[in-house]
Amino acid sequence: MADAYVYDCVRSPRGRGKATGSLHEITPIQLSAQMLGALRDRNHLDTSLVDDIVFGCVSPVGEQGSVIPRVAALVADYAETVPGKQLNRFCASGLEAINTAAAQIMAGQSDLTIGGGVESMSRVPMGSDGGAWATDPAVAYKTYFAPQGIGADLIASMHGFSRQDVDAYACESQRRAGHAWKSGWFKNSVVPVRDILGEVVLDRDEHMRPQTTMEELSNLKAAFVQLGDEFGFDAVALQRYPQVEAINHVHTGGNSSGIVDGAAAVLLGSKEMGERLGLKPRARIRAFASIGSEPTIMLTGPAPSARKALKRAGMKASDIDLFELNEAFASVVMLFMQDMNIAHDRINVNGGAIAMGHPLGATGAMIFGTVLDELERRGAGTALINLCIGAGMGTATIIERVN
Amino acid sequence: MNQTLNLTVDADGIALITIDVQGRPMNVITPEFAQELRAATARLATDAAIRGAVITSSKADFMAGADLKWLLASMAGIKDAASAMAFAWPLNDLYRKLELCGKPLVAAINGTALGGGLELALACNYRVAADNPQTRIGLPEVLVGLLPGAGGTQRLPRMIGVRDALQIIVEGTHLTVHEALAKKIVDKVVAPDQLIATARQWILDGGTAGQPWDGKNFKVPGGAGGLDPRAAQIFMGGTALVSKRTQHNYPAPIAIMSAVYEGTQVPMDTGLKIESRYLASLLLSPVTRNMTRTLFVNKVAAEKLVRRPEGIEKSKVGTLGVLGAGMMGAGIAYISARAGMQVRLLDTSLDKAEKGKQYSEKLVAKDIERGRSSAAKGAELLGRIKPTTDYQDLALCDMVIEAVFEDRAIKADVTRKTEGVMPKTAVFASNTSTLPITGLAEASARPDQFIGVHFFSPAEKMPLVEIIVGKKTSPATLARALDYVQQLKKTPIVVNDGRGFYTSRVFGTFTNEGMTLLAEGVNPALIENAAKQAGLPVGPLAVLDEVTMELVYHVTQQTKRDLGTSYQEASGWPVIKKMAEDLKRLGKRYGQGFYDYPADAKKRLWPELSKHFPLAKTQPDLAEVQKRLLYIQALETARCMEEGVLTEAADGDLGSILGWGFPPWTGGSLSFIDTVGTKEFVAECERLAKQYGPRFEPSTWLKARAASNMKFY
Repeated sequence: MADAYVYDCVRSPRGRGKATGSLHEITPIQLSAQMLGALRDRNHLDTSLVDDIVFGCVSPVGEQGSVIPRVAALVADYAETVPGKQLNRFCASGLEAINTAAAQIMAGQSDLTIGGGVESMSRVPMGSDGGAWATDPAVAYKTYFAPQGIGADLIASMHGFSRQDVDAYACESQRRAGHAWKSGWFKNSVVPVRDILGEVVLDRDEHMRPQTTMEELSNLKAAFVQLGDEFGFDAVALQRYPQVEAINHVHTGGNSSGIVDGAAAVLLGSKEMGERLGLKPRARIRAFASIGSEPTIMLTGPAPSARKALKRAGMKASDIDLFELNEAFASVVMLFMQDMNIAHDRINVNGGAIAMGHPLGATGAMIFGTVLDELERRGAGTALINLCIGAGMGTATIIERVN
Repeated sequence: MNQTLNLTVDADGIALITIDVQGRPMNVITPEFAQELRAATARLATDAAIRGAVITSSKADFMAGADLKWLLASMAGIKDAASAMAFAWPLNDLYRKLELCGKPLVAAINGTALGGGLELALACNYRVAADNPQTRIGLPEVLVGLLPGAGGTQRLPRMIGVRDALQIIVEGTHLTVHEALAKKIVDKVVAPDQLIATARQWILDGGTAGQPWDGKNFKVPGGAGGLDPRAAQIFMGGTALVSKRTQHNYPAPIAIMSAVYEGTQVPMDTGLKIESRYLASLLLSPVTRNMTRTLFVNKVAAEKLVRRPEGIEKSKVGTLGVLGAGMMGAGIAYISARAGMQVRLLDTSLDKAEKGKQYSEKLVAKDIERGRSSAAKGAELLGRIKPTTDYQDLALCDMVIEAVFEDRAIKADVTRKTEGVMPKTAVFASNTSTLPITGLAEASARPDQFIGVHFFSPAEKMPLVEIIVGKKTSPATLARALDYVQQLKKTPIVVNDGRGFYTSRVFGTFTNEGMTLLAEGVNPALIENAAKQAGLPVGPLAVLDEVTMELVYHVTQQTKRDLGTSYQEASGWPVIKKMAEDLKRLGKRYGQGFYDYPADAKKRLWPELSKHFPLAKTQPDLAEVQKRLLYIQALETARCMEEGVLTEAADGDLGSILGWGFPPWTGGSLSFIDTVGTKEFVAECERLAKQYGPRFEPSTWLKARAASNMKFY
């Protein structure tokens, strides 16, 4: 089997995912095209050599529909011979896109591919694509559908994470993200988004509140009380978890991932192609894996997906220098740390989506680049990237630096 | 000669179809009705002299739904998808043919239109309702475990939108004509004497055939389908609520949600097919059959006094004596006065007796406040209750019910005192919940006129009355006790004597199993959730807190004394003992029991329970806990049949659901065994006995029934 190498990673800054957010005026096709353009320009790519572009997108409808990476490539003036495909694995779409793009290389069927993702949550709101899971009564009933926040609160209830615990985690995420930005640790990958005149619209993650305090966080209202109680989703969740007396609603807008706009792209290739293009490989994809987990609690997929990927790589958790787990909700990361016995200083070391936001389809590709940058900064070797996923899944990828 | 409807045509060419199902107080859908409506439909379609039609009823009501007895009998023949569809489809198809007959149709809704009756009106092009405050309009099929299968799940959302339609269909809500007008279910409300004329006029004014939903550009008002954010949210939230309320035990509400969701995204004819398919799925469900049988057919039969001995003259209680003005006596006094009886409420002090009457005063005040009664009616009701301490006041009573303390000596004393003054013809009833009637009757000079009439608390809310026939109770006494229950408009069951009779005895096995699970180290949240998710109203620990450990402790001690050497300690006893004696956590009334009762928050399981009943390392799964809680009750019910405490399965089933809240979806604790299968039930009990103790051991009698696959129905 061939190895897939990582040659470059770019991401957009993350704009607040509402009408007042800086990236609201930028179409998702533009976000995508600008990232593709940056990859080309930074690496002086002959785009006709690109075998495929795989992009994750969670609401691939409206202006995110119709195979957005193919059309974005055309907009970015890639060679018309470059195909694209869009995939959806909910929150892990961006990472899954990298895995799929890498798999083509590992299988020997492609030499140069791009994986990435995009989500303009301010323009194509979450849930725009409908879906049977939550709304077809027979399906929602059979699968005991409950919104993610209920699952996050259920995790907290089952494992005794108090409101203070999850707020403390959130506070630290903000602090880390603020510190990393201030120290310039994201500079290598963040590509400012520009308007049609070429003026910079946004060059930093605007969702962050690095100065936030525990007191501020503790004043926020628990977000899922009404859904749980009035809408009946707590009862649905307890049907799957009858050992729990009641759900303690601890998650708020402050300790959950932010809704933002953004895109990211990663350039992957075979060793030979890198040599031919004179590109320096930054890392090798060691292994990746996806799993399904219980869908009602929904967010417990990270540990089993991590274990599966570790097993594929013949590694142990202790072989991993840095973990990057999407901060969908504080309890998700706290459970993962507990489950995998990972100290807080080895995971999400530069903050995560609680501070910077989670542009659904793009996040996997964003945090992939973030942790690679950090490995290089620290001179460390290995990282495991993973995300919890809607409908109860997990996707994990292990990378290893090669020089 | 038509049996169910008449069709006449007037000079203007307007047909008047009058529904009048012979031999029925209310029009219901029968095979004959369907047949005659089919013929009428064919005539409307082909008779060129007919310009349009008005459909009405000659009875006080327009029409109710299907005849449930017929439905239940038909369900016996429904064995597979094909036979279920063969039953579900024809009426749906018939209404559709009527709708498409090509002539304008007006429903003249003169009175209550429910179920298939309302669906008939929905298939018309216009609906006029008489302004009649008695009229109820709705689709209550869900309450019997069915769905409106004659187009109701398709036409109503297309008329009034998914949100309102679901609310009406999923909850089985009844509306008044004005509410129906506001919801646009009826188009016009007129004075009753204008009904037919208004209906005719709509046709004369050019009202046309053809429904909006058959038009090319029709859109469901308010949206439909998963891509419409309004509809998507309704279905998402609605499904969760259905899930919460049914705990996945009742198939009808979710089938309704699906029929509406799927059906409103396709053309009408396809939608109707989808609806029929979901109805067929319900007809194949044992839940539907069991609920229909117990909660409708057998409940109605019980209320019509199916268990009343024949040949005994109908009786009526004019004046009732109630001994003991505690909670129970006060409740009995209230419901009896409400039913028009004169009540003598006797206690040892006038103060106590008057306090008992205050219970009625509170309830009357509440009714007046909520507009359910008037000041005059309330005063009249209260005027019928006379608190007293004087036994002479019982001299004119037709019946006396004692609700004094559960103590043999006290009961014997009041029995003698009462019989000394009450008419020799009067019935003496005991409201004891546990003490055998035959024993209590030993204090009576006329044991043939002594009977148990066991009410449930609170009497004004609980629909069941358990009548206990003692060894010497005469058929005439039984008949008179049943007549009294009918006066109260409650549901009677008749059982024979025994400790705890039927309901208290079986209920005790439920709470005992809950405590046994706790003693074994099963997570208390799991115990409680298992019961609630199985469809019981509350968990065993919560219910024990309600009845108080004090009472349970007391009853156990009493039983121990009564039975002497034959007393066998129940498996839950160590828990009772620990809670009552050591921990002094006596129940809700005392502010602490298995639960804590914080003043400012919901009750929660006492966190220290696991200290006193340490959690077992391996926890059983939900299904196993539920099985234990349900099987032990069903098994005890079977024992009651075996011992003759119960003589009719219908009494067992009704008593279990209405008495202590055995899950209604089962159809009752004996239907439950039938549905599981006697053989499978017995085999499972044997496994449970091996694993958890001999209380699960099935008897030889039950095993023999299993061997020959005998059922209770």
